Amino acid sequence: MSAATSTAPAARPARFGLGRTLRLGAARVVYETRVYFRAGDTVFFTFLFPVVLLGIFSVAFQGMGNVGANPDGSGGISQASYYLPGMIAAGILLSGMQNLGVDIAMERGDGTLKRLAGTPLPVMSYFIGKMGQVLVTSVAQVIILMLLAKLAFGVELPSEPEKWLTFLWVYLLGIVTAAVLGIAISRLPRSGKSAAAVIIPPLLILQFISGVYLSFSLLPEWLQTVASVFPLKWIAQGMRAALLPDSFASAEAGGTWDLAGVAIVLGIWLVVGLVVCRLTFRWIRKDS
Amino acid sequence: MTLSPAVRVQELRKSYGHFTAVDGVSFEIERGETFALLGPNGAGKSTTVEILEGYRERSGGEVEVLGADPRHATLEWKARIGIVLQQTGESGNVTVREQLTHFAALYPNPRPVDEVLSAVGLDDKAKTRIKALSGGQRRRVDVALGVIGRPELLFLDEPTTGFDPEARRQFWELIRSLSREGTTIVLTTHYLDEAAQLSDRAAVIAGGRLIDIGPVGELGTADARVPIVRWRDSGGPRQERTTEPGRFVADLVAREGEVAELEVIRPSLEDIYLGLVEAAETAAGETRGPAGKPDDPIDAISTKGARS
Ligand SMILES: Nc1ncnc2c1ncn2[C@@H]1O[C@H](COP(=O)(O)OP(=O)(O)O)[C@@H](O)[C@H]1O
Ligand SMILES: [Mg+2]
Repeated sequence: MSAATSTAPAARPARFGLGRTLRLGAARVVYETRVYFRAGDTVFFTFLFPVVLLGIFSVAFQGMGNVGANPDGSGGISQASYYLPGMIAAGILLSGMQNLGVDIAMERGDGTLKRLAGTPLPVMSYFIGKMGQVLVTSVAQVIILMLLAKLAFGVELPSEPEKWLTFLWVYLLGIVTAAVLGIAISRLPRSGKSAAAVIIPPLLILQFISGVYLSFSLLPEWLQTVASVFPLKWIAQGMRAALLPDSFASAEAGGTWDLAGVAIVLGIWLVVGLVVCRLTFRWIRKDS
Repeated sequence: MTLSPAVRVQELRKSYGHFTAVDGVSFEIERGETFALLGPNGAGKSTTVEILEGYRERSGGEVEVLGADPRHATLEWKARIGIVLQQTGESGNVTVREQLTHFAALYPNPRPVDEVLSAVGLDDKAKTRIKALSGGQRRRVDVALGVIGRPELLFLDEPTTGFDPEARRQFWELIRSLSREGTTIVLTTHYLDEAAQLSDRAAVIAGGRLIDIGPVGELGTADARVPIVRWRDSGGPRQERTTEPGRFVADLVAREGEVAELEVIRPSLEDIYLGLVEAAETAAGETRGPAGKPDDPIDAISTKGARS
């Protein structure tokens, strides 16, 4: 190292404003996304899991005929069409909440966060990096799900712009809420090693009671009430509103798509998640 | 203008529950100085250093690092500091070069990545994922990440753990060159030779207390440096401490003729240091088990450094 490049005070002052926060946030998105795709197990359990399930369900259940078919077997939609909204909703939960909940808990456990805490990286840039990674991977996941549905199972995607508008806002509100909740629950595991064991099972149960794998109307009423408290049921409902024919609205619990309910419940969870993050996120537990 | 010291610590105290890990430690480190915190395992070195870095809360006392209280660390302040923690263990799914490039981007005035890669001797591992490196190589990545931001003040907590002798010498050279550039360096170690090689001054801590401070060659009380004369007579081995060993031996020989096993011992730095630590630990009524004599550095290298 040459003495010419010494610790010259003239090299400062550097600016530490918003521009830098955003620029470093963008650098984090690239870094985080790269790391995400190199960790084989998360790629499977959060990225490919819904894709695999869509494939299995579409093939396994098609023998039961179309969903919502006439008594003579005509009409209705294919099993793949029926399961697609649910798998997209599950993907949103996995890519946002499960991914970040486990990821950040592991980073806290293995010293990654402690190291970052010692650098001049703004916390906001770190969050931008996580959010960006979630968005990039989740959008890729949705595209793969739709391509699989369309190309392998001949699912007809909606052609009406209003349907796509519904899809867009439910998707964005859903993925942002899921990501924020993921950051919030990353505090729960007491160590990096227990992160997956603490976070994955409750979310798996949530997937079973929220109408993504099992039709919501099959659940007993009390379980429907419980599930309605949590966001996944509403993400799935919003996705059905966007991707299924309107005739299916009558099959919903309330007999309508209830998009206002989707917006309100997800909005409340988003705010709660943001407040919890603001109050509880620390780079490290001091004294550990 | 006279700059304030790089680090000022006054009556620092830290308790974990009922256990006091650091107990009334005070010292100052001048700008540009290389300062060693020397002490056995469990002495309180990491606790002290991590309080200075802003990682741990203190229970009492005053601390100032680069003119600020580390409790209220700002990004600007962090940009001026480099940290090598005692333990790190990221999943390591990035290559050495990717990691250095990314961390360089976090600092306003970083060192060039290639320069740092060769300074820590990892040029040929630049494209290797960090998880595929040996322990000693990972440690060099830690050091590289500590210096990439061109810090004014660099903290190194037992930086050479797992290094082979060559890596250790290379590391010493790096520290000297950083020091020549004006970097203030704070280093913890339980290797006396490392402190002697690198530091302008060292503070010896044991059992959470500072027991001596000064240039490594001057550690210990005058008493501890007093030479020892040993010999054997009919009653068995004898020894005597004296500031005038020549006269003592002459008198002895004049009195008793040629004596068996005669030797004059000048306490080595190692003897003095071990004496200091032992005395401190007996005084404190040590109950925390053997505080580990520092390993003989040569043994430690040949057993630990084999992989890297
Ligand atoms: N987080 C902690 N909780 C409880 N005790 C701790 C903690 N960290 C360190 N200690 C104790 O404090 C003492 C000093 O530890 P440390 O500062 O790590 O020593 P050193 O770095 O000199 O080996 C040790 O006895 C250690 O067990
Ligand atoms: Mg230590």
